[in-house]
Amino acid sequence: MGALKETSPDVLATGAGEGFVTTKFNDLLAWAQKYSLFMYPFVTACCGMEFMAVSSPRYDFSRFGSEAPRFSPRQSDLLWVVGTIVQRQAPILRRIYEQLAEPKWVLAFGTCASCGGFYDNYACVAGVDKIIPCDIYVPGCPPRPEAVLDGLMLLQDKIQRGDRRPAIVKPRADPAQDQSLGLVQLRRSSTRPAV
Amino acid sequence: MSKALIDIIKQKFPADVLESHSQRGDDTVVVYAARWKDIARFLKDDPRADMSMLIDLTAVDYPERTPRFEVVAHLYSLSKGHRLRLKARVGDQAGTSVEIDSVADLWASANWAERECWDMFGVRFKGHPDLRRILLYPEFEGHPLRKDYPADRIQPLVPYREVPNVDKVAPFRADEGMSFGRQTFASGPSTDDDDVN
Repeated sequence: MGALKETSPDVLATGAGEGFVTTKFNDLLAWAQKYSLFMYPFVTACCGMEFMAVSSPRYDFSRFGSEAPRFSPRQSDLLWVVGTIVQRQAPILRRIYEQLAEPKWVLAFGTCASCGGFYDNYACVAGVDKIIPCDIYVPGCPPRPEAVLDGLMLLQDKIQRGDRRPAIVKPRADPAQDQSLGLVQLRRSSTRPAV
Repeated sequence: MSKALIDIIKQKFPADVLESHSQRGDDTVVVYAARWKDIARFLKDDPRADMSMLIDLTAVDYPERTPRFEVVAHLYSLSKGHRLRLKARVGDQAGTSVEIDSVADLWASANWAERECWDMFGVRFKGHPDLRRILLYPEFEGHPLRKDYPADRIQPLVPYREVPNVDKVAPFRADEGMSFGRQTFASGPSTDDDDVN
């Protein structure tokens, strides 16, 4: 970055004039990466409907700079695994992941992609993290579009912080903690307030 | 209505019908497996039956019975509008020689149905033009819808990643990641893992 044009010496003092920005290069790079996620949608099942909903104007994840689909993994860096992955598809998904351009991220969309859900059987892979590393898990069957947007923002947050640990999208409000329902409250940390 | 149909079969093949059942339009005929194809052909060609359509063909595993498997075909007549369920019992207790005649040359829809039946139950259809697995992959061993297939047996095509605790997803904390989550905890991310979800 640095000076954009010729600057007078008093720019720093007054904040006037053309102006400039200082930053760390990695932060700048992460900022650019997180707002230009080229996605590869690997859509296999019913979650695809929710994926269409979240990509269409009503929810519109292009607001987050991630709307451009590239149907070649070599041109994309965010792999959306949307739906159930069966054992027969596992080699295909693995190859798609290997072909993604670096740096690459994986978002598991829905319960099936995250952990297999109720497909605990001979045919299905119980979660894509069994075969490829996964960055973001969005639970739900299917997840609400808001949860998907939360997952996308979570991923951007992690890209900005350079954090590659996997993370899960949590509900914004847990209905089980609604006191008016009078439900039995489960184990709760004593040191921290409830979310 | 198609009680008459059962009578026609019993008349034509008096020695080959094991049992029959008819209730509220739900008509079933259990026949000897050796005459499976003859009876199917008769049902297709006879003008009184005119079973022009094979709706479905599958099997059931009764591990306590001998013969162990029951092959089930659902037939429908497009012209007459009546239905019939045709069953035959095949196979030994070990499930190694489960064979019945293919009806794929009578109804084209039987082709894939019999392949699926072979895939899932290991019923071998004699005379089928191309008896391969249809849903599972060729490397798969065994037939998963048999009652003796272990419920937790998986046969991955790619080796699973060697990651500790891969059965559990990552060590997520309540304050992990999301901005609104972090705002809840003014003190910032905590280090204790007492309520890891």
